[in-house]
Amino acid sequence: MTAISNQSEIGLPTFSIDPPNSWTAIGFRELWDYRELLYFLIWRDVKVRYKQTALGAAWAVIQPVFMMLVFSLFFGRLGKIPSDGIPYPVFTFCALLPWQLFAHAVAESSNSLVSNQNLITKVYFPRLVVPISAVLGGLVDFAIAFVLLVVMMRYYGIVPSWAIITLPAFLLLAIMTALGVGLWLSALNVQYRDVRYTINFLIQFWLFATPVAYPSSLVPERWRALYGLNPMAGVVEGFRWALLGKTDPPGAMLWVSVAVVILLLVGGLYYFRRMEQQFADVV
Amino acid sequence: MSDIAINVEGLSKQYRIGERESYKALRDVISDAASAPFRRLRSVFGNGSATNGNGHEIRNSQSEIRNSFWALDDVSFEVKRGEVVGIIGRNGAGKSTLLKILSRITKPTKGHATIHGRVGSLLEVGTGFHPELTGRENIYLNAAILGMRKAEVARKFDEIVAFAEVDKFIDTPVKRYSSGMYVRLAFAVAAHMDTEILLVDEVLAVGDARFQRKCFDKMHDVGEQGRTVIFISHSMPSVMRLCPRTILMDNGRVLRDDLSYRVVNAYLGSGLGTSTAREWVNLTKAPGNDIARLSAVRVRGEDGEILDAADIRKPIGVEIEYEVLKEGHVLVPNLHFYNEEGVCLFISIDLNESWRQTPRTAGRHLSTAWIPGNLFAEGTVFVGVALSTINPTTVHFFERDAVAFQVIDSVEGDSARGDWAEHLPGVVRPMFRWTEDFYQEDVSSRVQFSSSDEKDSVARQKVSSSKLEESPTTV
Repeated sequence: MTAISNQSEIGLPTFSIDPPNSWTAIGFRELWDYRELLYFLIWRDVKVRYKQTALGAAWAVIQPVFMMLVFSLFFGRLGKIPSDGIPYPVFTFCALLPWQLFAHAVAESSNSLVSNQNLITKVYFPRLVVPISAVLGGLVDFAIAFVLLVVMMRYYGIVPSWAIITLPAFLLLAIMTALGVGLWLSALNVQYRDVRYTINFLIQFWLFATPVAYPSSLVPERWRALYGLNPMAGVVEGFRWALLGKTDPPGAMLWVSVAVVILLLVGGLYYFRRMEQQFADVV
Repeated sequence: MSDIAINVEGLSKQYRIGERESYKALRDVISDAASAPFRRLRSVFGNGSATNGNGHEIRNSQSEIRNSFWALDDVSFEVKRGEVVGIIGRNGAGKSTLLKILSRITKPTKGHATIHGRVGSLLEVGTGFHPELTGRENIYLNAAILGMRKAEVARKFDEIVAFAEVDKFIDTPVKRYSSGMYVRLAFAVAAHMDTEILLVDEVLAVGDARFQRKCFDKMHDVGEQGRTVIFISHSMPSVMRLCPRTILMDNGRVLRDDLSYRVVNAYLGSGLGTSTAREWVNLTKAPGNDIARLSAVRVRGEDGEILDAADIRKPIGVEIEYEVLKEGHVLVPNLHFYNEEGVCLFISIDLNESWRQTPRTAGRHLSTAWIPGNLFAEGTVFVGVALSTINPTTVHFFERDAVAFQVIDSVEGDSARGDWAEHLPGVVRPMFRWTEDFYQEDVSSRVQFSSSDEKDSVARQKVSSSKLEESPTTV
């Protein structure tokens, strides 16, 4: 939408309605104006997520805990996968946190436009609010699971180093990755519902391409930077470095990841803005 | 040009038929892409070759043209600040598409519009309501979706709750609300938006009759506050009362844009609008429930012919045809008559003894109310058709403005207006019997014998007449 919010002579905003055009500005200003809606949509999703469940918010930890148990048993105990000298359960749980945040955010945001189609066809607001709120909604689960991680770290006597101050940066990178992927998939999903069936498969595949169950040190040094093309590899190794401190700081791999995320996100934003002009007609 | 609120120039919107219902599957795109080279081949070699692929392609491109239509076709108009404009037209005339474009939900295919002021659009009540959330939570959520600020909602919160009449249930999840409470709350939130421009799509028809009245009054207030309103409605009385100006649309175009009464009259006269006979062919979509459904409403004259316009002097029969699907219910047909201003003239209830206390049998029933001549005033009469059960009170269907007819007075002297040919106010125009007394007396003696006890002594000559033609019209 080319809603040029310039103030007219009597102080009223003026909106211009034109046919679709291929390049549209991201509209950060308008997004900011609608921050309350963003807040309320996140609040709604969080509030509704565990309604009428017997275990409630416990579900936020049950999933990663079970994955940790399965990984510890099959990869750690039976498969003897190295874990860079860290107790395997903490090693994998520390990676599962950003992974779950990412997986949940991608799944939710990809379906967000379709599941909110009643809003999209009846009210105007910047459509970006929808996938963004879906991504950010996962942070609550992340925070709950994080508490468990702190407990586990104390149990194993792991004290984080100064590197922990870089954790928010890696968290941000995880969110940006999820949003970048989510923007592409959600916009595609409006047109092609095939996306819905692809997501589960995609996330499973992606999990094994990410060093969650194994350390990235298993990947030969010279392929490491290429491995960073999967931005979640950079995120997960970053989390381990920031929290557990035993591994080496992710080097070239991380910078490749950052570059990929920026490309993915900026491309996603423009693609989304371009496609959103037809959402209400197609969804 | 600061007094212009909305300026629309040549707005057009093309849809592909079925685009709204179905989405593309990736395989269609892949097969499209795969056949694209053949399309190019065909254009190179002309259409002489008749291979399968080519035949398929020709069919596709033809159906492409057939399958697209213009929901809006070169629509232009201007709305001044503070104007309240109605939009009327049949279903599919493009009214809702226009509103969707103006509220920026969708983009036009061609054309341009400029809007000065914040826009609040109300295309549906309760957009974004979540059944698991409480009334209070939904007020905040819905308000945020409609673009209201949290602080603004907090300020108006009590007002909204009072308007919706749900005070006691405000902390109950709305999934436990009755449907009446739900729509009341939803409308209440929307009604408290205070944007400079309000776009409203037929949302007044919510709740019971009393709440409808309340919504209507609220809309009326909005208009009075000097805000700009565009109001889509199928209810001609509502349009006439709320909007001084009306735009009539048909097939995506503006047919007329004028003072409301002119446009509404043109609409009704053109046969585009509500007519004197309506049938619901598809019973599943007809008004009603699983007990009874409305199948037709017809306005007939004495001779049984369907009327276009009714002579003010002649009786009119309003016939309700309905299908009773489940027997065992006492069903009471009733008719609600409204004038152009939406004033309820009267309600008529079927008092015929045959089914009055008797449960109706399944099958087609026809109930006709005969309204005597010389009762309606001139103008358009809108008829609401309802079927109710009195105990317990249930409304099986209530179709507002099911039919409408014109009442015409040809001023031949034998109607209630007599020889008076000019404007004659009043919501009904019954013809009454007048009686006359006449006393022949000496004017001078009247001054002399003014005290009451002397009256009897006055010589009088009595002249009586009940002939209406001779009665003076005192207007």
